[in-house]
Amino acid sequence: MARYLVQRLLLALGVIVFVSALTFALTEATVDPALAVAGEGATEEAIQQIRRQYGFDRPLVERYLGWLGGIASGDLGESYRMRRPVADIIGEHLPVTLKLGFLSLAFAILVAIPLGVLAAVRQNTWIDRFALSVSVIGQALPNFLFALLLIIVFGVNLRWLPISGSGTWQHFVMPTIALGYYAMPALMRLTRSGMIEALEADYVRTALAKGLSPGTVVFRHALQNAILPVVSLGAVQFGFMLGGSVIIEVVFGLNGLGYLARESIRRADLPVVQSIVLLISFFYVVLILLADVLNGLLDPRIRSTGA
Amino acid sequence: MNDATATAAPAPAAPESPTAATLHRMRRHKGFMIGAGILAVMVLVGLLAPLLAPHDPYLQSLAKRRIPPIWHAWFYGSPRATTLHLLGTDQLGRDYLSRMLYGARISLAIGLSTALISAVIGTALGMLAGYFRGHVDAVVSFLISARLCVPLILVALTVVALVGSSLMTLILVLGLLLWDRFAVITRTATMQLANADFVLASRAAGSSWLRILASEIFPNLANAWIVVLTLEMANAIVIEAALSFLGLGVQAPLPSWGLMLAEGRNDMFFNPWIIAIPGAALFALVLAINLLGDGLRDVTAPEGRGGALA
Amino acid sequence: MLDVANLSVTIAGRGGAIRPVRDLSFSVARGETFCIVGESGCGKSMTSLALMGLLPRAAARSATRLALDGTDLRSLPRRAMADIRGNRMAMIFQEPMTSLNPVHTIGSQLREVWYRHRGRNRAAGEARALWLLDRVGMSSPRERLAQYPHELSGGLRQRVMIAMALMCEPALLIADEPTTALDVTIQAQILSLLRSLQDELGLAMIFITHDLGVVSRIADRVAVMYAGRIVETAATADIFRRPAHPYTRGLLECIPVPGRIARRQPLPAIPGQVPSPAQDIAGCAFANRCDQVRDACATARPPEAGVAAGHLVQCVLYGQAGSELSCPS
Repeated sequence: MARYLVQRLLLALGVIVFVSALTFALTEATVDPALAVAGEGATEEAIQQIRRQYGFDRPLVERYLGWLGGIASGDLGESYRMRRPVADIIGEHLPVTLKLGFLSLAFAILVAIPLGVLAAVRQNTWIDRFALSVSVIGQALPNFLFALLLIIVFGVNLRWLPISGSGTWQHFVMPTIALGYYAMPALMRLTRSGMIEALEADYVRTALAKGLSPGTVVFRHALQNAILPVVSLGAVQFGFMLGGSVIIEVVFGLNGLGYLARESIRRADLPVVQSIVLLISFFYVVLILLADVLNGLLDPRIRSTGA
Repeated sequence: MNDATATAAPAPAAPESPTAATLHRMRRHKGFMIGAGILAVMVLVGLLAPLLAPHDPYLQSLAKRRIPPIWHAWFYGSPRATTLHLLGTDQLGRDYLSRMLYGARISLAIGLSTALISAVIGTALGMLAGYFRGHVDAVVSFLISARLCVPLILVALTVVALVGSSLMTLILVLGLLLWDRFAVITRTATMQLANADFVLASRAAGSSWLRILASEIFPNLANAWIVVLTLEMANAIVIEAALSFLGLGVQAPLPSWGLMLAEGRNDMFFNPWIIAIPGAALFALVLAINLLGDGLRDVTAPEGRGGALA
Repeated sequence: MLDVANLSVTIAGRGGAIRPVRDLSFSVARGETFCIVGESGCGKSMTSLALMGLLPRAAARSATRLALDGTDLRSLPRRAMADIRGNRMAMIFQEPMTSLNPVHTIGSQLREVWYRHRGRNRAAGEARALWLLDRVGMSSPRERLAQYPHELSGGLRQRVMIAMALMCEPALLIADEPTTALDVTIQAQILSLLRSLQDELGLAMIFITHDLGVVSRIADRVAVMYAGRIVETAATADIFRRPAHPYTRGLLECIPVPGRIARRQPLPAIPGQVPSPAQDIAGCAFANRCDQVRDACATARPPEAGVAAGHLVQCVLYGQAGSELSCPS
């Protein structure tokens, strides 16, 4: 287990370095950072001055390694536009995104699992068809479009919920639904197919032969088996939500990481963009790893072979 | 007395070729037929946009801004709605129907070319990894992990913003980002097939690896491949719409549905139809492609049946 | 103890109803092992599931009598039937590898039965589980309680299944091919374990198998099933010494005997195929494979005839008293 984990960690580290190098090269190669810092209308002299001052005249590899070295010691660099440490700026925006991510994941799971279980238990009934329709529609409705619909219905027509900002819990209701429902179909389908398989398993027949109640059989025996892959998928989906929250944050005016990312991209504020991409990649890597570990922890078969 | 059992046995069904059987299943699969129908209409509309469009989609007219669609004349007695502009006009007075028709072209073109580019990349990588294994597989697997750890929307946004957004950039960027599913399925399928008897036979007959991959292995994973192609096509269309919506995808005045949604956003409180129309079209197109893909999967792999509308 | 009359199972399907079990009648006494033997697909397993009330949703059960210790099981509400399952009647299955839940410990799966039928008393449930694990021949039972199914071999898992079935001292144990998936040596151990448990606990047992070798070792009485019907019922010794039904004789001839192999004789097999359970056959279902077939076999179902005390057979050869044919030995 330890050996396997070390291997996985090394691979994850390699992936992060690779992705960050790619991002760094791509951004620095397409934009002249000196020009970006100087802003429009700067004189050639001023640009040269900045180039020397920031070290943009050094080779790309050297600058990348310098950046990477800084990260290792917690220094993400300084924003070209805001003239403040990137780490501080990200620190201010991250909580909103994390909050939105957790809420959305919770929403997706709380809808997907009961619906998936019901659809499996009542296979081929109206509720099964309803669940499948929800998932088919959910997969076809882009989340920003769904967000706009929510705003029109609940924000404008019914006036139940605020449509922009992050001040109160009400501000998070629509963003949570808009971001969470997109992850829901996959979780629901996996729960349903896992439950259908589990309900046909021999151990469920054994449980019934013991005289256990239908509730115990469904939840204690079938669901605890069917849920294992769903947990892993949930972890991975959480990563996707953090990465995909940019559009929801923009629509709802939530000042999170995604919002910051779009603003920084527009203004070619490269250190901020690079750091956000790196951070999200890091989250992905960690979550995929976590999904694996969770699977091992929850499934006694994997747990003991690893020990 | 043996007669009794003999007559009770059902007569064997007439032999049917596999293609005919698949076609038959397609016709009976409701989801597949709905999806194929909508998609066929969209493709036709996209191809024939110059012929079908009643107006120039770029022609602005300040006098004719925000004319509501024709049903506002029927239901709300709107005096401005006119048969001249069946779907009304946008903020700049451009004919909405014409823009919608041209928008279908953009969505379909981006969806298809992106999916094809990623299909080529993913299939090549997956087949090489599955066939040669060892170091090749290690490299490809690393690339797949790396790709999975790239925040798709963020990176696409960044690149398009920095390189400058044009249709070509958008297609290339998305094509370079969406190949992972192709790689994963071709890699596993190739691994399984590489040891199949017919592949070993072909290898023993001295066929080159390229030939084996192209003519022995690829035809056998074509079914799964086409399903992924539809999924990625839908995926690309949604991402294009999202990027355009954020103002960093297709640029004005091109009529992308995502861009139309973004342009209509400030107007949506007063004129909901201005986002309802492109929104509905986008939803219908993605739904159609997904239904088609789900249907194809059900139809080509009969044992795992049961789509929503099957 | 268990009394069954005219038990049938019908599965409704698109192509018409399938009837895998047809008009079964038998009874099992306390302390008796009643074997149901037949080829795969003859309806044995459906019979056991029908008795337990565990038929798949599409299948329906009917009977003129189905009573356990005087309790009529036919009209029992779902909940009351569940009260009986695992309590007064219990079941063990063919596949020990998949019949235990992989995510729960042995101990929790054993205790669960106790909690369900005897109340939530952990100490009592654990004590019973420990006693039973020891009784079914498992070493260090206390450690076993904390183990997961995948940590045990197939033979040990089947012992756990047996212990689980016996948690609440059932009156009737239904064993559906419990040794089929096991190695021959393990098979023998499990059989003798079941035998001794039965003697000790006074269990009635319905033992379902396709293996006549197993039958000879464990059964008191045997019912031979063919195409959903019992074609012959007799005491074990009778079945082996004087098989009456041509199908039973055919089955017995299919058992490899060392002497025959030495003489290089081919192993005989019954020609033909079992009719599908969807077919409705007017006469005897075995007629198309029978080497002693008569005209009468096709037209009417053979009446049940007694060839000896407790030895019943459904075959026209024995229709009238005194028409018994001499058996080929």
